[in-house]
Amino acid sequence: MNFTNFGKYILLLKAVFRKPEKLKIYVKAIFQQMDFIGVGSLGLISIISTFIGAVMTLQIAFQLVSDFIPKTIIGSVNRDSSILELSPTISAIVLAGKIGSAISSEIGTMRVTEQIDALEIMGINAPGYLILPKIIAGITMVPVLVIISMVLSITGGYLGGTLSGAVSAAEYIQGVTTDFNPYTITVALTKAFVFGFIITSVPAYEGFYVKGGALEVAQASTRAVVVSCISILACDYLVTQLLL
Amino acid sequence: MIEIKDIYKAFGDNEVLKGISGKFEAGVTNLIIGGSGSGKTTLLKCMIGLHQPDQGTVEYDGREFTQLNFQERIEIRKEIGMLFQGSALFDSMTVEENIMFPLNMFTEQPFREKLDRVNFCLERVNLEGKNKLYPAELSGGMKKRVGIARAIAMNPKYLFCDEPNSGLDPKTSIVIDELIKELTEEYNTTTIVVTHDMNSVMGIGDYIIFLHEGKKFWEGSNKEIAKTDIEELNDFVFASRFMKAAKGKF
Repeated sequence: MNFTNFGKYILLLKAVFRKPEKLKIYVKAIFQQMDFIGVGSLGLISIISTFIGAVMTLQIAFQLVSDFIPKTIIGSVNRDSSILELSPTISAIVLAGKIGSAISSEIGTMRVTEQIDALEIMGINAPGYLILPKIIAGITMVPVLVIISMVLSITGGYLGGTLSGAVSAAEYIQGVTTDFNPYTITVALTKAFVFGFIITSVPAYEGFYVKGGALEVAQASTRAVVVSCISILACDYLVTQLLL
Repeated sequence: MIEIKDIYKAFGDNEVLKGISGKFEAGVTNLIIGGSGSGKTTLLKCMIGLHQPDQGTVEYDGREFTQLNFQERIEIRKEIGMLFQGSALFDSMTVEENIMFPLNMFTEQPFREKLDRVNFCLERVNLEGKNKLYPAELSGGMKKRVGIARAIAMNPKYLFCDEPNSGLDPKTSIVIDELIKELTEEYNTTTIVVTHDMNSVMGIGDYIIFLHEGKKFWEGSNKEIAKTDIEELNDFVFASRFMKAAKGKF
């Protein structure tokens, strides 16, 4: 059954990447989706990242109680954890819930109300018209959101640490700026690219093949979020294994 | 003209269509009628390519459709207009954007020309000035009329209507029926209407195919249907007491 679904997913992707009927219309749709995925998620990602950064600092400070460990380590651990894991993965899981369910229910509703049939009858490649702009917006905007999330998570760590007195501002900044390996950014952005693809394509697949009515659309949305989250975690492991 | 030859379609063990053939001429209103589950909508979907028939062919003016791939079908599909049972208007677009959508996709006309065409189509279905309304703001009958306006926007050679009267009051149903008939005669389209509305059958049925248990049981015109002695057809057409009483007067 899962192999069947995977096969259908691949065939759907093949249809998605067919030549667009009219590039101008697709470009307009891509910008609309970038606004929805990127700008629309900025507030949520900002709040989550800042708090995660702050909490991370407090927890690292709590665990590293030793005179032999310099407090600057709090900043560097927070930086690497935020860049490599927390910003890409937590952002992706949150976005899978927010964007994934919206994509799945939008396309699913179009399916059950025959709007997708209407597109096909007009001679329009429905998978391309409906899904391609979302995927392109996903693979471009999720990395942007992840970069913002990294910055805010590290800033949140600074705020959390200094406000609570767990670490001084100078020690935190020294920790963040010492021994920085830029390759971690490459790893994080690779993850963000892969997650952006998953967050948009998996829910689109679930919505595109809905059969039934409102109940089935809701079930497809739930399934889309669950499958997206599992796929994100599995790909997180794979990308980390491959690149580090 | 559309010709279907020996169409078979099954879903698992359930054989829905069992060898249906027919010729639908241009300029006349062709009806496919039958009870629920008789295979009307499945036949329609096989004809427009939403279902792939297990066997048989569909020809659009001699062009075989069933064996074409996606790209090859696009050329024929540009000549098809379709009115869906639930209208299938795009929720996020206004009436104007809905009707302009196929023009945007397939023509290079300037906006002014496209708008003129939209206004012409809206006028044709008596909805002048409703350009900026969203589908959610329209009544069922208005949605159907916008659906028709969108279907005729590209000047289709072939017009398909799936249950155009479902959910409408009798007066609005007649308006929709007359509109379909007028457009068919005016533009010489090959029009196929799937319905089980008896007013439509008696009012606009120039050529009717009656499906029963997945087979073509009868074909003829609305004048002939009133005189038929076939029990299954009589049971379907003259099911109500009113229709039974009126049978002799048709």
